[in-house]
Amino acid sequence: MRLKCPTTFRIIRLPCTGKIDVIHLMRAFEKGADGAFVVGCMEGDCHFNTGNFRARKRVAQVAKILDEIGVGGERVKMFNLSSGEGPLFAEYSIEMDKKIRELGPSPIGTALRKKASAA
Amino acid sequence: MIIADKKPIEEIISGISGYKKILLLGCNECVTVCEAGGKKEVEVLASALRMHFIKEGKECHIDERTLERQCDHEYLEEIRDVVDQYDAILSLACGVGVQFAAEKYHSTPLLPGVNTVCLGANEQRGMWTERCQACGNCVLAETGGICPISRCAKRVLNGPCGGSSNGKCEINKDLDCAWQLIIDRLRDLGKLDDYEKLAPIKDWSTDRAGGPRTVVREDVQV
Repeated sequence: MRLKCPTTFRIIRLPCTGKIDVIHLMRAFEKGADGAFVVGCMEGDCHFNTGNFRARKRVAQVAKILDEIGVGGERVKMFNLSSGEGPLFAEYSIEMDKKIRELGPSPIGTALRKKASAA
Repeated sequence: MIIADKKPIEEIISGISGYKKILLLGCNECVTVCEAGGKKEVEVLASALRMHFIKEGKECHIDERTLERQCDHEYLEEIRDVVDQYDAILSLACGVGVQFAAEKYHSTPLLPGVNTVCLGANEQRGMWTERCQACGNCVLAETGGICPISRCAKRVLNGPCGGSSNGKCEINKDLDCAWQLIIDRLRDLGKLDDYEKLAPIKDWSTDRAGGPRTVVREDVQV
């Protein structure tokens, strides 16, 4: 399809979004990621029935924690689409990229870079 | 099992501020099952705390460890060789584990990371409900296996009281009246005659009224 999407993110493949745990997303932010978006199958279409519902709950848990520690829960979001919806994936990635740019760099990433340059 | 709930992160952060090196100590038993203080929760909380301190520009080293149990000497002894390296231990065990660790490591501040709530059951995914108050003198044989001490708001032993309406308790319309449940179960068991028997005044000395309790079993002591 040769769709255009931002080059600012990397894709981590999982067998199912139900495989995602809270700690996986937390570690991304701890390492300085400015945002993370989880893309799962359409609700009701999970091959494992509840994988994407579990992922949604876990994404919500991460958002809550990020809000509590002042990093910002808006930096993590879940999207749903079917595997045949490439254009929608590109659209969501552009939306997320735009959103993260509006929010600016993560305070964790900024602090880590500052620390690294001081060392 | 013992049911615990997570403490708000803000409360934990205010409790540990000032310490430079902290051991976050989880427990593999009850708090793991109720998803409040097991290995996973230790990882997530440690990550959140590290991010908080990085963001604030403060130096605080957080290590993670999860013991099989924190209410047994043998497992708590596993951290004896490292405990002096830490300014404080943040324990995600129940109140028993926190206290037992505090007794054992007298010179290290012990902070609780969870609120211990009750003795309960995993009624459904993500929902735990109280079933026992450890009164020390079980009456379940007389009450159809349903506890009037933990499940009746008034701990009524010859119920129901006047606050029972349509099978629900007056304190909350979603709360089953324990005595309604007892009567229904006794009826199903064909033991409704048991309901007519008056329960004698309960000996509360085995409950908290008698002070902290101890069980001594000389037959298993070595």
